[in-house]
Amino acid sequence: MLEMIDVGVVLEGDDGKAEILRNINLKLMNKKFYVMTGPNGGGKSSIAKTIMGIYQPVSGQILLDGVDITHKEIYERARIGIGYAFQQPARFKGVTVRELLSLAAGQDRKVNYCDLLYDVGLCAQDYLDREVNSSFSGGEVKRIEIATILARNLKVAVFDEPEAGIDLWSFQRLTETFGTLNEKYDTTIIVISHQERILNLADEVIMVSNGTITEITSREKILGEISELDSACRCWQDCKGGRADAECNR
Amino acid sequence: MLNAIDKKLLAEVADLHNIPQGAFNIRKNGEGVDRHTTANINIVTKKDKPGIDVIIKPGTKGESVHIPVILSQGMDDLVYNTFEIGENADVLIVAGCGIHNPGSQKAQHDGIHEFFLRKGAKMKYVEKHYGEGDGSGARILNPKTIIEVEDGGVAELEMVQIKGVDRALRETEVKLHKNSRLIVTERLLTYLDQDAESNITVNLLGDDASAQIISRSVAQNNSKQLFHLKLRGYAKCRGHIQCDSIIMDNAQVSSVPEISAFHSDAQLIHEAAIGKIASEQLIKLMSLGLTEKEAEEKILQGFLK
Repeated sequence: MLEMIDVGVVLEGDDGKAEILRNINLKLMNKKFYVMTGPNGGGKSSIAKTIMGIYQPVSGQILLDGVDITHKEIYERARIGIGYAFQQPARFKGVTVRELLSLAAGQDRKVNYCDLLYDVGLCAQDYLDREVNSSFSGGEVKRIEIATILARNLKVAVFDEPEAGIDLWSFQRLTETFGTLNEKYDTTIIVISHQERILNLADEVIMVSNGTITEITSREKILGEISELDSACRCWQDCKGGRADAECNR
Repeated sequence: MLNAIDKKLLAEVADLHNIPQGAFNIRKNGEGVDRHTTANINIVTKKDKPGIDVIIKPGTKGESVHIPVILSQGMDDLVYNTFEIGENADVLIVAGCGIHNPGSQKAQHDGIHEFFLRKGAKMKYVEKHYGEGDGSGARILNPKTIIEVEDGGVAELEMVQIKGVDRALRETEVKLHKNSRLIVTERLLTYLDQDAESNITVNLLGDDASAQIISRSVAQNNSKQLFHLKLRGYAKCRGHIQCDSIIMDNAQVSSVPEISAFHSDAQLIHEAAIGKIASEQLIKLMSLGLTEKEAEEKILQGFLK
């Protein structure tokens, strides 16, 4: 179980200090699937980065299975079973897909590269010996990024908008993979997403906006609200386009 | 004749763990110590100055020539080597200089290598530099490489210098005739107070000549690197320089591009970048369980591969 108790994060930016997270309280259970959603810039990725240790809290506590990890470094958290698939994955000149996946899996684990890449919709034969450099498309690096998380045996896995850049066929495959992942390793899965199909998998939905958690709720409630929002606005039917002063009355 | 230190130097500069197969010439402390020729490859000592002529018969395929130089004491060594690669030959040439300097006197090796690739000849030339030894004497290498590629020839150069050499000045001049091709891969890592300078000038003289230079370097501690990479197009030709450096600590790197066209169908591109290791790369590897130091090493290892 991962717990965040009254966590606050302040970052030093160009315009001085900015409070990006406040009063974050979360209890995330093993084997459960959480979807974190909410407006852009609301703090979803910041919560993920705080779980991974990339952002250090200025207040509050983070516990993994009751052990305080608030001040543990990124690599220490990685070694006790926390993983994060970045929204914008890094590229590496000279490092092949095979090397990256084997780094991810760690020395003691044998990796079945073929299955791993298949799960993210890539063919091992075509990809294993290629370098993860700028010759890959956005969708390709994104899939490899997800594979680096699937390669590990994790207690907590956070995926930051995994569907971005992934085509429809692979999307289906991806949702299946998520579905089986937490059963296989008892992993707590947290997915940051706005996609209805991913929301559909959620045991619970965490709403984040303005740097804090506004609601923890069920998928039924959220999906209901979304469809209401969708059906509430029909202004596009009257929209002729091109008018600078066009307004939406929603 | 070769002791343990010699063997280690040979392994570093020529990937040789013993006396090589094929043609070779081993030079130690300013003197030839061993030589082997084949039916197609002859090696002759120059009469007017120190050095050798390597003559490869036309049509020779799949043979290799190793010409390592080792210095295991402080001294100045100057050598001129000439390679004549016959029409349509296809060969691998491995040169390299390993210095083990145990004393306080400087150890310097200046090698001048001249290559003539006749029509349709292919050559892969690998040059490795390596220095070691606990003495305070400086390890200095100044290789000069002159290459002329005739019609349809292909020259591939791989030049590697990782640590160990205190001062290096590398001069490379290439002339490319019709339909010929040049591929240069340069890898350099300097640290401590080392200094390295690499000047490459490529003259594209004939139609459809092409040149590609990929230079990757890492500068650590207080070391300094200077690159002058020049492409000069005199015909309907293509040239591309890619110069990428990672800078760390208090190091200094200068990359000075020069592309000049003397023909309206010349297409020349120069790309250069200097920067530190991207923090998102470090964070990604740390999030897989590597410490910052391990992550840094992994990134540099890949970059210089």
